[in-house]
Amino acid sequence: MSEYLLLIVSAIFVNNIILARYLGNCPFLGTSNRMDTATGMAMAVVFVITLSSATTWIVQEYILKPFDLEYLQTIAFILVIASLVQLVEMFLQKSIPGLYRALGIFLPLITTNCAVLGVAVLSVESHMSFIKTLVFAFASSVGYGMALVILTGIRERSATSPIPQHLRGTPLGLITVALLALAFLGFAGMVK
Amino acid sequence: MGAVVREFTKGLWKEVPPFRLVLGLCPTLAVTTAAKNGVGMGLATTFVLVCSNLIISILRNAIPKKVRIAAFIVVIASFVVIVELMMQAYFYPLYKILGIFIPLIVVNCIILGRAEAFASKNSVLPSIADGLGMGLGFTMSLTLLGAIRELLGNGTVFGIHVMWESFRPFGIMLKPPGAFICLGLILSLMNWISSKQRSH
Repeated sequence: MSEYLLLIVSAIFVNNIILARYLGNCPFLGTSNRMDTATGMAMAVVFVITLSSATTWIVQEYILKPFDLEYLQTIAFILVIASLVQLVEMFLQKSIPGLYRALGIFLPLITTNCAVLGVAVLSVESHMSFIKTLVFAFASSVGYGMALVILTGIRERSATSPIPQHLRGTPLGLITVALLALAFLGFAGMVK
Repeated sequence: MGAVVREFTKGLWKEVPPFRLVLGLCPTLAVTTAAKNGVGMGLATTFVLVCSNLIISILRNAIPKKVRIAAFIVVIASFVVIVELMMQAYFYPLYKILGIFIPLIVVNCIILGRAEAFASKNSVLPSIADGLGMGLGFTMSLTLLGAIRELLGNGTVFGIHVMWESFRPFGIMLKPPGAFICLGLILSLMNWISSKQRSH
């Protein structure tokens, strides 16, 4: 049990996929201007990452490994992820049109969110069991969502502050992320 | 010919990724702990970008609109696998350092972005020029960022000592916060230069 607890703490805080591993930056900066978009994106990411890691694990273990096709990993994984995202998109469009409109351009871009492929590759590379992969993917994406919501809160406040013109928008966003990452560095060493 | 040259040069300053188009940030931030890694990553990305632009512009009338993104991704992923295997064979130390960011070239938004915005609408020659320009711009940016971080974080550039003897390196520049803050400051500097140019 403690093994799983450590895995969760490590994935959310110590090795946060965005603040310590640099995965998924583009949508991170793109959707962190408004809280409702950010929470929508965070939920979509949790859903897609958990689902895609589970699927890619199955693909890796039962298709690629038995047939010695591991060198095709990148192509196979990205195809699985792309079709999954398409599925999520169709589902949202039908059942939650409000969220679908809010996410707009970023939903198809989840495919190119490196966090999704990154988590899949990371869990395959560290040879985790299926349950561990699920836990790791879920915790990592929750960490991503948490960082996204924190950053959005800060950026919403700073949007109304008097800031030099050339720092507005992305530059200040990046510097805010830097400070967040600095804070999260404090967790380093907590879990090996 | 002039148009081709223009497509090539726009990637070098006017639309240089990832500074102007804020795309492809993950490799930009992750691998730039040293200038050398920046060059390696940039060239790998350039290769994929040029090849995928070439193939996609050839196939642009054959790919149905509805499944174009999936088709683009398959083309890009194939070239990424080629790069991955080549680097594993010939540049193993660099392959080890870049790690999971080599397979992640496939999800670099710059490549898909250029396929969607440019190569799927233009003929072969401009598409190659566009890919080459954007790729070299990307390489340049990564090298610059890598050089700055390596200089401040380690006191070296391309592995050569350039700082004075008593210089104490800022270890933080090699860690995530250093990457984010460095990129943030470069972006704001570029905004500042552009606004100065506009006001003149």
